[in-house]
Amino acid sequence: MLVFERRREPSRFWTAITPILAVLITLIAGGILFATLGKDPLEAIKTIFWAPLFDPDLSAYARPQILVKAAPLVLIAIGLSIGFKANIWNIGAEGQYIMGAILGGGVALAFYPLEAWWIFPLMIVSGIAGGIAWAMIPALLKVKFRTNEILVSLMLVYVSEHFLASVSLGLLRNPDGVGFPGSRNLQHYASASNAELFAGTGIHLGVIVAFVSIFALYGLIRFHRLGFQIRVTGQSIRISRFAGVNPNLMIIFCLAAGGGLAGLAGIFELSGPAGRLSIDFNVGYGFTAIIVAFLGRLNPFGIALAALLMSLTYIGGDLAQFMLNLPAAAIQALQGMLLFFLLSMDFLSQYRIRIKHWASG
Amino acid sequence: MSLEEGEICALLGENGSGKSTLVKMMYGLVKPDEGQMIFQSRSYSPSNPNEARSAGIAMVFQHFSLFDALTVAENIALGMVDPPPFNKLSREIEEKGKTYGLSLNPDSMVGTLSAGERQRVEIIRCLLQNPKILIMDEPTSVLTPQEADILFEALRNLAAEGTTILYISHKLEEIKALCSRATILRAGKVVATCNPEEKSARQLAEMMVGTSIVTPKRAETQGNRDGRPLFRVEDIEKEASSNFGTSLREVSFEVWKGEVLGIGGIAGNGQDELMEVLSGEVLPKGGTIMLNGHDLARLNPNERRKRGLLFAPEQRVGHSAAGEMSLTENAYLTAADRKELSRAGIINWSRTAEFSRRIINQFDVRTPGTDNFAQSLSGGNLQKFVIGREILQNPELLIVNQPTWGVDAAAAASIRQKLIDLADSGAAVVVISQDIDELLEISDYISVLSGGYLSKARPVQELNREDIGLMMGASRESLQEAVA
Repeated sequence: MLVFERRREPSRFWTAITPILAVLITLIAGGILFATLGKDPLEAIKTIFWAPLFDPDLSAYARPQILVKAAPLVLIAIGLSIGFKANIWNIGAEGQYIMGAILGGGVALAFYPLEAWWIFPLMIVSGIAGGIAWAMIPALLKVKFRTNEILVSLMLVYVSEHFLASVSLGLLRNPDGVGFPGSRNLQHYASASNAELFAGTGIHLGVIVAFVSIFALYGLIRFHRLGFQIRVTGQSIRISRFAGVNPNLMIIFCLAAGGGLAGLAGIFELSGPAGRLSIDFNVGYGFTAIIVAFLGRLNPFGIALAALLMSLTYIGGDLAQFMLNLPAAAIQALQGMLLFFLLSMDFLSQYRIRIKHWASG
Repeated sequence: MSLEEGEICALLGENGSGKSTLVKMMYGLVKPDEGQMIFQSRSYSPSNPNEARSAGIAMVFQHFSLFDALTVAENIALGMVDPPPFNKLSREIEEKGKTYGLSLNPDSMVGTLSAGERQRVEIIRCLLQNPKILIMDEPTSVLTPQEADILFEALRNLAAEGTTILYISHKLEEIKALCSRATILRAGKVVATCNPEEKSARQLAEMMVGTSIVTPKRAETQGNRDGRPLFRVEDIEKEASSNFGTSLREVSFEVWKGEVLGIGGIAGNGQDELMEVLSGEVLPKGGTIMLNGHDLARLNPNERRKRGLLFAPEQRVGHSAAGEMSLTENAYLTAADRKELSRAGIINWSRTAEFSRRIINQFDVRTPGTDNFAQSLSGGNLQKFVIGREILQNPELLIVNQPTWGVDAAAAASIRQKLIDLADSGAAVVVISQDIDELLEISDYISVLSGGYLSKARPVQELNREDIGLMMGASRESLQEAVA
């Protein structure tokens, strides 16, 4: 029979190899899924994973788009991974992303049509502040009343979605929009526009900041005392207290980091690719970033790779919907499979499998 | 190995030598891969504890499995397959208790009983099944010497009536007093069988370890209590940190340079609370903690460390060391400030690795390297690392809780020697321990923590095992009398 033995230390080999293995198994299971939907599995997988990168007609547009879509995922996942490392589970980045966009966008629109150099930085700072403020609700409730941050942060996502609908239809609605919901388009407001940096690519400042954040997190976790304290807190509260960490400050810091970066992602997205606040402004980056953080094993470079992979499935998934008529839900199922297989493969790095024969005696 | 009817046989061995695995096989908790057991001339292979019990083998575990909110009789009935009516059961409990000198009131709540009395509940639960073999796993680790004497008397009575007792312990003196035969295990093998009465405790220990052991030695000059104390704790109060903890009440003590103060007492009498308050993990409700004339009572652990107060709590993995972090990272854990391992928050890992190599070399920590996880070390090696980490930071005062708990004999001896050396070098050491022999071996002064009250420190020359044992079991009133 098969016996699972816990390893005293996780295997380095399996830790490195399991993400690749998980992707391969996802491809196989996804292929089966597409086949049962009546699509050619090879064609579907090729459209999703290969075409955006290498198809001569599509890749010129799709390659930079992968970076543009990966940027918010990286920013949010980097922020979340700080908390996850300390066992602080902020599941509400989607809400913090929305609130960052609303506050940042609201501040910018308050000055419309004034043109001034300071509007853009003020908008960015307000976006970060909006995300932090929203994350402080679960943080302070946890510190004060020991509430569960998972539930509170998640529930606040739904509150923020309704708030987004409310401001899109009311407070921030475009007065010149002839009654249509949604705010003014920030791309048409020069002082607040997060314009593309390289013509025709769509790459904006957020992509650069996301890139920087990867190295910032690496430096923090690897070389800074605060990063060390975050990892110690993840080991146990008791040992972090022994190491002189104030657990309440740690909760506040971790949620602020997650909320702040989610808010930053939100305002970059609003002032850049999205342009305007509307009921359907958020597309689930905050939730996908949780998958990205785990897929990347909470390692900054792993997160970058995972975000690119997820982004690829988004772009490729759009192509597959458009070219092969694959339903959107099938793409989401594929993304879900990826997380499932990754987490189950994780078992291999923690446990050793042995085949054991019953002794005859 | 073999057991004869009516004998008290000791099973001796260090942690990890295979004692538990062996008795778990006898009790049906573990299946042997090979070999066989023969019990009363018949092949015996229990597949679960129920079968073992019905065959006549009973076991008293080191950790009790009793419900605090139920009475003695209810607890015993819960463990029986087919319990008799309550008044009959109560009568049986009282009878058994009288016969063996283990008197118990069947109607008292288990929550109100002392550790010794709880153990009686477990023993009587076993005796009601009239076992042929009774296995006792480290039975005296929670008892005062007086309670242990009562237990030994009961065990001798039982043996005289023909019950075989397999007694697991690493306390060599009590094995010499109680057992007529000892089987010694080392690394999963029986290495010797002997009559413990004919061997010295040192010889037994050396058979267990397989090498010779050096008893820790104090320097001739002991700290003199002139001038002002280095460390003074006054009227510390703290609520219990868990349901099973004990609140600290008006705890006061003083430590002078160059001395070892031992704080005795059975675990659960406020030791954890005292450690938390002294380390600053939890702030006391009131009172002062003075080191060199500065009050540290409101400071966090790192601030206290900067001022020279260092600590090694009882639990290693998860408290004094992070199990899933490397030894180098664990070295940084408490030594960051005193060893200047980071500047402006930026950690100097090569300096930290060098420090952890120094700990490993000077304290003889057996590990493949500094990158190994702390949890991959044995208990003794990790404890040597933890104690080494604190001592090499040159503390003014080091406070250690249960320094040799779960540590093998050779490592324990070396840890005790290092603590003595630290005091001899001019620092002060506070050792919280429930091991009376350890306290007598290394302390200059001894206090006892009982029910959250701390007795006045007395010079070790004035004390013997029995005195300390009495203080450990003493009530608040008698402790205060002793203080007065």
